[in-house]
Amino acid sequence: MLKVEKLQVNYGGIQAVRDVSFEVPEGKIITLIGANGAGKSTTLRSIIGLVPAAGGSILYNGEEMRGRTTAEIVAKGVTLVPEGRRVFPDLTVAENLRIGAYLRKDDLKGDLDWVYSLFPRLKERHWQAAGTLSGGEQQMLAVGRALMSRPKLVMMDEPSLGLAPIVVQQIFEIIRKINQEGVTVLLIEQNANMALHAADVGYVMETGAITRHGPGKELLEDESIRAAYLGK
Amino acid sequence: MKKMKRETILPAALVLALFAGLFILERVLPASSTLFVVLKKGAIYALVAASMNLLNGFTGLFSLGQAGFMLIGAYTYAVFTIPAEMKPVVYQYYDHAIGFTLPVPVAILLAGVMAALFAALIGLPVLKLKSDYLAIATLGFAEIIRAVIQYDKLGPITNGSNMLKSYPKFSSVLFPFTVAGVCIAIILLLINSSYGRVFKAIRDDEIAAEAMGVNLFRHKELAFAISSFFAGISGALLAMFQSTVQASAFKSSMTYEILLIVVIGGIGSISGSVIASFLFVACSEWWLRFLDTEMFIGSFQVPFLRSGFRMVVFSVVIMVMVLFYRKGIMGDRELFQKRRDNKAKGVR
Repeated sequence: MLKVEKLQVNYGGIQAVRDVSFEVPEGKIITLIGANGAGKSTTLRSIIGLVPAAGGSILYNGEEMRGRTTAEIVAKGVTLVPEGRRVFPDLTVAENLRIGAYLRKDDLKGDLDWVYSLFPRLKERHWQAAGTLSGGEQQMLAVGRALMSRPKLVMMDEPSLGLAPIVVQQIFEIIRKINQEGVTVLLIEQNANMALHAADVGYVMETGAITRHGPGKELLEDESIRAAYLGK
Repeated sequence: MKKMKRETILPAALVLALFAGLFILERVLPASSTLFVVLKKGAIYALVAASMNLLNGFTGLFSLGQAGFMLIGAYTYAVFTIPAEMKPVVYQYYDHAIGFTLPVPVAILLAGVMAALFAALIGLPVLKLKSDYLAIATLGFAEIIRAVIQYDKLGPITNGSNMLKSYPKFSSVLFPFTVAGVCIAIILLLINSSYGRVFKAIRDDEIAAEAMGVNLFRHKELAFAISSFFAGISGALLAMFQSTVQASAFKSSMTYEILLIVVIGGIGSISGSVIASFLFVACSEWWLRFLDTEMFIGSFQVPFLRSGFRMVVFSVVIMVMVLFYRKGIMGDRELFQKRRDNKAKGVR
């Protein structure tokens, strides 16, 4: 579905992403794990067109996405749940969800019901300003907002960031549920343990490049990964 | 459903009552009453404050170009409505270049369109800037426009640095109320439309909005042009109100007055801007006038009361507002707005 090859992204004079290649097959959950500053977020931001790539290619269903605007890419069915949630604090929950469907001109009723069924909590609070939600609820809203564009591929940037363990578990349950409903997921995580448990395939990223990859369960058992990311 | 109805009927009834009240007032009070000055100027300022709020409060673009766009509107209106027989008198030092006159409503509309056109043009480079930088650039634009209009070579159109006059004016207070009312209603409709939602999303978080596929630049440009359109119309109204117009009057202090109104009313509240503009105009034109006149009790001269003291009091009021009452009169709420945090309303 998504094929990234030899992606390069520069920030000023710094190469944030040097040489990243990976593949996201349809219907799977793929995760990129790695330490701070490895270039994970930059990779996602350049796939969605927020940051221009300096080299390489981003193929989505065989089509080159590099150089396209974010609006075009979102319209093709790719969406990003940004790091740190980034809900619109002064808009209500319902308004936030509607912005998620900004590029769609058709009826949203069915999708609102779908998102509310995934996150009953959001339905309870649909009238509330998003800024007044708890961290976990805001993350749910960020995911729900992304789903409103009716994406085929959802990219999530650290959805567990700053959340209590129990809430993290809920978020991962939802990720699996979304995936079962046919949405492909590309997940970035520092919480390697949770991410590798949930993922079909994991990629390990270090200082701007992919250093290894394999099925999630396999990486979990790998000694060097356990030492580096799982705190053996 | 019933509630929705009440939310529209109540304001509509109030507006109707307001116009009836004004109509009666005009027949009861002498036309020279200060009250009418306040009401006319208040309505004009309400419109420009609402337009500034659309930009600063709802789209998060801190622009200080309002006086410049009002100036464009005022001049557009005046230039195109001076009757042919008056032109040789008004343009006494120049050969007037505009040989035709437009009907008043067309000229008012054109005033808005011209301001919007200029906004769209300067928006191309300027809207790439953020916060303070945008404020400085738009402020600079307003100053440049003021200088350009007074440029001698433009004399045949703008009459150089001389004033424009003898164009049609309004006498009834109902006129500015109607025009400003219609414009503010349009602004309110816009804010509650899907465009308004996108504007607010951009204000809240640009990056997230962009990630949702929102074209930031297009929407900023749109907000800027629409805001300037209404600033231009209020400029035309101001020209009609003053009965003469001269570029040198549209200083940056005018923009600050409008900004002050927006802050006092509440950034992000149109009804706040409207209330604050009437309060502000009433204070500056009427209630606080006594501060500027020297007063004697017997042979004792009351200290401080002399020309300019009004502005000192104003400055203190602003400081107190900013320090202790930052949200203004209305905060970010509107009159008659259904309460957002009303649990009993249930799930839609």
